[in-house]
Amino acid sequence: MTEVMERQNTYLADFERMERELAASGTPAVHRLRKAAAARFAELGFPGPRDEEWRFTPVAPLTRTPFEAVSAEQASKSCSLRIPPLPNGVIVCGLSEAIKKHASLAEPHLARHADWNKHPFIALNTAFLRDGIFVYVPRGAVLEEPIFLDFSANRDGEGFVWHPRCLVILGENSQVTLVEQYGGLSGSTYFTNAVTEIVASAGAHVDHYKLQREGDRAFHLAVMQVQLGRDAKFSSHAITQGGQWVRNEINAVFEGEGGECTLNGLYQARGEQLVDNHTFIDHAYPHCASHELYKGILDGKARGVFNGKIYVRQDAQKTDAKQTNQTLLLSDDATINTKPQLEIYADDVKCTHGATVGQLDAESIFYLRSRGIGQAEARSLLTYAFANDIISRIKVESVREELERSLLETHHLPAVDSGKEDV
Amino acid sequence: MMLEINNLHARVEDKEILRGVNLSVKAGEVHAIMGENGSGKSTLAGVLAGRDAYEVTQGEVLFDGKGLLELDPEERAREGIFLAFQYPVEIPGVSNTYFLKAAVNAVRQHRGLPEYDAREFLKLVKEKTKLLHISDELLKRPVNEGFSGGEKKRNEIFQMAVLDPRLAILDETDSGLDIDALKAVADGVNALRSKDRAIIVITHYQRLLNYIVPDQVHVLMRGRIVKSGGKELALELEEKGYKWLEETAA
Repeated sequence: MTEVMERQNTYLADFERMERELAASGTPAVHRLRKAAAARFAELGFPGPRDEEWRFTPVAPLTRTPFEAVSAEQASKSCSLRIPPLPNGVIVCGLSEAIKKHASLAEPHLARHADWNKHPFIALNTAFLRDGIFVYVPRGAVLEEPIFLDFSANRDGEGFVWHPRCLVILGENSQVTLVEQYGGLSGSTYFTNAVTEIVASAGAHVDHYKLQREGDRAFHLAVMQVQLGRDAKFSSHAITQGGQWVRNEINAVFEGEGGECTLNGLYQARGEQLVDNHTFIDHAYPHCASHELYKGILDGKARGVFNGKIYVRQDAQKTDAKQTNQTLLLSDDATINTKPQLEIYADDVKCTHGATVGQLDAESIFYLRSRGIGQAEARSLLTYAFANDIISRIKVESVREELERSLLETHHLPAVDSGKEDV
Repeated sequence: MMLEINNLHARVEDKEILRGVNLSVKAGEVHAIMGENGSGKSTLAGVLAGRDAYEVTQGEVLFDGKGLLELDPEERAREGIFLAFQYPVEIPGVSNTYFLKAAVNAVRQHRGLPEYDAREFLKLVKEKTKLLHISDELLKRPVNEGFSGGEKKRNEIFQMAVLDPRLAILDETDSGLDIDALKAVADGVNALRSKDRAIIVITHYQRLLNYIVPDQVHVLMRGRIVKSGGKELALELEEKGYKWLEETAA
């Protein structure tokens, strides 16, 4: 316990050490927010082993490792953007810049949705709030091409922590596609503690992709908070490949009727990787739909955690919620703890969930072999197929094709024929 | 003789299902194996294709004079045996085309032929889709996923056309099909009849044999072939049912 306190203190000491530098970025209001969040982090501490939400994801490996916060300069080198042609009024810029130049747009939402009062890692991210990206899409604006947000911790050396943060605000009936990518150096131990807040006003459409390919020694914790207005549509595809210790949280809240939320996820882990996916969908209004499909492939001694909570409030009649978690265990030592949680307080709803854990289907293997495909290739092909079921749902062609290509390579399978000739 | 089955006995766990099957099939012939549920029809198909749920306890199967039972399922396929499944498997995440190309190239590699590239494979596929009136759209879809019963069975026949086997075994290809789908499947099979290829049609009902006319009909009952005859035997079974053969089987 004392040791954990000490580690917590190193973050707080870091905060004190860097406070002046942080204060220089943004407005006094933002800095008051940082101080409050740091104080809150001090009160909350790290989650303990008895915390139900962290039962299968011990934070000890994380808290045992001393991390030092990166400087503004280092952080800014690690955030980059690829911006398509933007319609009038759309803003895409660094978060620090947004706080300075677009405070009236950013501040009403910044840290208002991801709850730093309850969640120690959100509090920590908020305390160090500085690095990240701001996206604002005004009412009715439609972006045809995706915005790529790249967070690559390509800093030499060991033991650093950074807290990237995205704030995405969509006006009524606007549309945007975002691709968040996380990467880093192999062999380097570092900690990415990310928070993304997405606010979709009435009728807005957001397609969100997260490609997590951190270095193999990385710790990666990311919380995405999504507010969905009336008739808003949100889809998320979370692809997890990298990191030694990974926790993804998605919280989606319906704030009006007619909303639609799709959460798809794919986690591939091996060696001693730990990958935890926590999702929470709050059906706070009637006539909303949510569809969730998370698939995982675990090999070696990898550990997976899936916790999918669907909360249907008393007023949320006509809710349509479907959740599925499927995990393929390729070795005897791989484990998954899967926990669907449906809490339903309305009576006129359609809610289903299902979880499967297992090996490749014997009948499918036989089917492939009966066509002349060897046993090893049949297994590879089916493993690829299992993952590609998620990847094929990705609408951004370049992202889908790249993931598909690397997946085929991983399984030593021939490339898909490209071009129009392919039938 | 292309296929010779001699005194074949097979069981699932402790249950003996095939109890001495004898059958000879020549290239170019179409044989129908008819029987009631539980007679051992699908077991016979499974044993020939190499399904590992079955244990062969006696007898032998020769394919072109060589022992078949020692081979893995993929080796049998590469040697030219094809099983059209009664329940084709759905494989979300892999397109029909990708799957078939992997299969065709595995077979070609085994035969010492160079693998097809994208263009050559496409040419082959186009030829077969045309022959069987299969839509290109079906090829792009994941293997059998969301296919209707008829589409699944047609896809089996399409795979057969592309893989060009020497011996095709159709396991209850007619089950669950309406008459239009049945005709479409039968037309496909007939288009693939050739003097070099043998076909074994396994079915419960005579109906399919109106469209795929067999050279020989065999009745399988309690794990043995109890009667063989020409195509008229199927009509006799349709009329009289299977009961009148009970004595022969006992």
